[in-house]
Amino acid sequence: MLSRALFNRALLNRTLRWETGLALVVIIVGIVGAASSPQFLTGNNFFNLGLSYGEIAIMTLPMTLIIISGEIDLSVASTLGMSSALLGVLWSDGWPMPAIFAMVAVAGLAAGAVNGLLVTRLGLPSLAVTIGTLALYRGIALILLGPKTISNFPPTYTDIAVNGFPGISNLTYSAAIFVVLAVVFGVVLHATPFGRSIFAMGASTEAALFAGIRVKRIKTILFMISGLISAMAGVLWTFRLSTAVQNNGTGLELSVVAIVLLAGVSIFGGKGSIAGVVLAVLAFAGIQNALLLTNFNQEATGVVTGGLLLVSVFVPNAASFARRLRELRLFRQQS
Amino acid sequence: MKLRQVTWFTLSLITVSSLLTACSSASSSSPPATSSSSSSTGSGTSGTASGSLKTGLKVFVIPKNLGNPYFTLADSVKSGGALAALNTLGETGSETSGTDATPASQLPAIQAAITKGANALIVSATDPTALCPTLTSAMNRGITVVTYDSDAPACRSLFINQASTSAIGTSEVDLIAQEIHNKGDIAIVSATASATNQNAWIGYMKTELKKFPNIHLVTTVYGNDDPTTATQVTQGLLQQYPNLAGIISPTTVGIAAAAAVLDTAKYRGKIALTGLGTPGALKKYVDDGTIGSFELWNPANLGYLAAYAAANLASKKVTNAAGQSFTAGKLGSFTIGSDGTILLGPPLVFTKSNIGNFNWGF
Repeated sequence: MLSRALFNRALLNRTLRWETGLALVVIIVGIVGAASSPQFLTGNNFFNLGLSYGEIAIMTLPMTLIIISGEIDLSVASTLGMSSALLGVLWSDGWPMPAIFAMVAVAGLAAGAVNGLLVTRLGLPSLAVTIGTLALYRGIALILLGPKTISNFPPTYTDIAVNGFPGISNLTYSAAIFVVLAVVFGVVLHATPFGRSIFAMGASTEAALFAGIRVKRIKTILFMISGLISAMAGVLWTFRLSTAVQNNGTGLELSVVAIVLLAGVSIFGGKGSIAGVVLAVLAFAGIQNALLLTNFNQEATGVVTGGLLLVSVFVPNAASFARRLRELRLFRQQS
Repeated sequence: MKLRQVTWFTLSLITVSSLLTACSSASSSSPPATSSSSSSTGSGTSGTASGSLKTGLKVFVIPKNLGNPYFTLADSVKSGGALAALNTLGETGSETSGTDATPASQLPAIQAAITKGANALIVSATDPTALCPTLTSAMNRGITVVTYDSDAPACRSLFINQASTSAIGTSEVDLIAQEIHNKGDIAIVSATASATNQNAWIGYMKTELKKFPNIHLVTTVYGNDDPTTATQVTQGLLQQYPNLAGIISPTTVGIAAAAAVLDTAKYRGKIALTGLGTPGALKKYVDDGTIGSFELWNPANLGYLAAYAAANLASKKVTNAAGQSFTAGKLGSFTIGSDGTILLGPPLVFTKSNIGNFNWGF
C-alpha cells in the first residue's frame, strides 16, 4: 500500500517535471520567436497558427486518451481524408449541409468502431489494425472522389479560412474548438472514473480487468471518439482549404503522434496529461511558425522538429538509461 | 494528487488564454506598406509603363514546394531566375514555401509572408482554388499577387504563362515533320486519357497535322506518366506499327521512357522522337542521335519575368488590364493579354548544338 503511494508520487513528480519543462520550452519559444521576428507575438500570427495547426491539435486529444490506454490510432489522417471526400461527394450531389455533417459524423464513428472492434474483439494489436485502416480509409476516399477536386463550397463555410471566431477575431474556429475540447477531455481524463480507468488499463490491462473495468468497451469507445473527432477535423480541413481531394491530410498522423509523445505521454500507456498535450501543441506549432517567420532555411525545419522529438523521447528516459549503464558497469566489475 | 494535476491543467489553460489575450490586444496588425497608397483596381491606363520602379519592395517567391529542381531553377539567383531579377531591381526578394506540393503545406508559408509585411507575392499555386481565401485577403490588404507556372485564376492580378497551349501543340508537329521529311506514320505517347493539358495539346497537334497531308497520326497511347507503363506502351506501338516514322510525347515522363526504348541500333535514327522533355534526362539521347530535338520553356526566364511583372504591378506602373506593356530587363517587352495573362513566349527548342548550355540538373 505504502509502496504504491510512493510509486504514484514518483510517477506524478516525473510528469509534473515534464510539463514544467514543456512550459519552459513554450516560454522560450515565445521569447526567442518575439526577439527574432516582430511579427511572432501578433494576433494575426496567432490566427495563422490556429489555422495551420488547428486540425492537428484537435486530433491530438483523442490520440492522447488512446495512447494512455495502451493503444494507438494511426488511421486518424485517413479518417480525416475519408470524411473530406465524403463531404465533397455529398455536396456535389446536392445534399444539404446539416445532412452531410450528420453523414460525416456517422462515417467517422463507424471508422472508429471498426478500429475498436478489431482491436478489442479480435485481440489484434492496434498498431497493425490502424496501419491497415490507414490504407483502407484512404482507399475509400480515393474511390469516393477519384481524381476529382471539389471546391465549390459555400463561402459561409469556407470563410473559416479568413475569419476568426465571432468576438475573438484572432482565434480560428479550429483553435476555439480545440480550447473547448481540451477542457472537456482534460476533465474527463483527470477528474472522472472513466478517465482513471483509462490510466489503469494503460498501466496494466490485467489489473484493470480484475478491478472490474470494462476494458474492451472503453477502448472501443475511445476509438469511436477518435474517429468522430478526426471526421470533424476533416470538415474543418476541407472548408479551410475549400478543397475536397482524396489526399487531404496525408501523413498528418505522424504529426499528431509526435505532439502526443512530445507531451510526455508514454507510448507504453498509463502516463500522460492533457495539460502536457496543450503545451506540446503550443511548442510544436510555435517552433515551426517561428522558423517560418525568421528566414530560417526551411529545408532544415524537419531536422529541427525531428531533433526536438528525439530529445523529448530521450530526456524522460535518461534517468533509467543512466541506471542501466551503471548496472552494466557494476556487472562488468563483478565478473 | 488529483488536486495538483488539476492545478497544472488550469495553469496550462491560463497560459493559453493569456497568450490569446496578449495577442488580441496586440492585434490590429500594422497594414503592409503598400496599403497606404490604397489598393489598385485597374483604371485601365494603357500604354507602356515608363519611369523607374519602386525599390525595396518586399517580394516573396512561393513555389509549389521547396527542394524541387524545377522551381530552384525558376527562382534562384544563380540560374538568373526570379530572385536574380529582384536583386537587379533593388527589391528585397526571398523564396519560401512548404516541403510538400500541397495547399496545406504551401499556405502557412503564404500566410507568414503576408504577416511579414509582403508587398508582393509570386506564387505557383498548388491548387487553383484552395489558396484563394488567403490570396484574396492579401489582395484586399493591397498586396500584389502574381502567379507563375500554375494559376489560381480567381485570386491573382497577373498570371505568367510558360507556354501557350497552341504553341506547344503546333510546334511539336512542326519539329517531327522536319525530322521525318513531311511524310510517314506517327503516334503520340501521352500521359493519361483524362489529362486536360495533354488533350488540349493533342487537339492543336491534330489541327496542325492538316497542313501535312502525308503525315498520318495512327494512334495515341497513354503511359499514365509512369515510366514502366510508358515503356510498355511504346514497345507495343513499335510491334503494332512496324512502319512507324515518328513519336511525339508531350510529357517529360513519356518522352524519357520512349527515348530509352528507341535507344537501340534497330531504331536509333530510324524512328524520330520529339515532345516536351527536360535537358538533364534527355541529353544522352540527343547526343547519341535517338532524339533530334525536343522542347520546353526556360524556367529561369519564367521566374525572371514573374519578378518584373510583380515589381511593375506593385509600383503601379501597370494594372492587370489587357493591352499594357512593360519591359522585363534582358527579356525585352511584354504585353498583358486577356484574363491578366502574360505569355513567356515560344517554347525553347533543344538540339545537339545547344543542349550543352543547359545544366539544369533535371
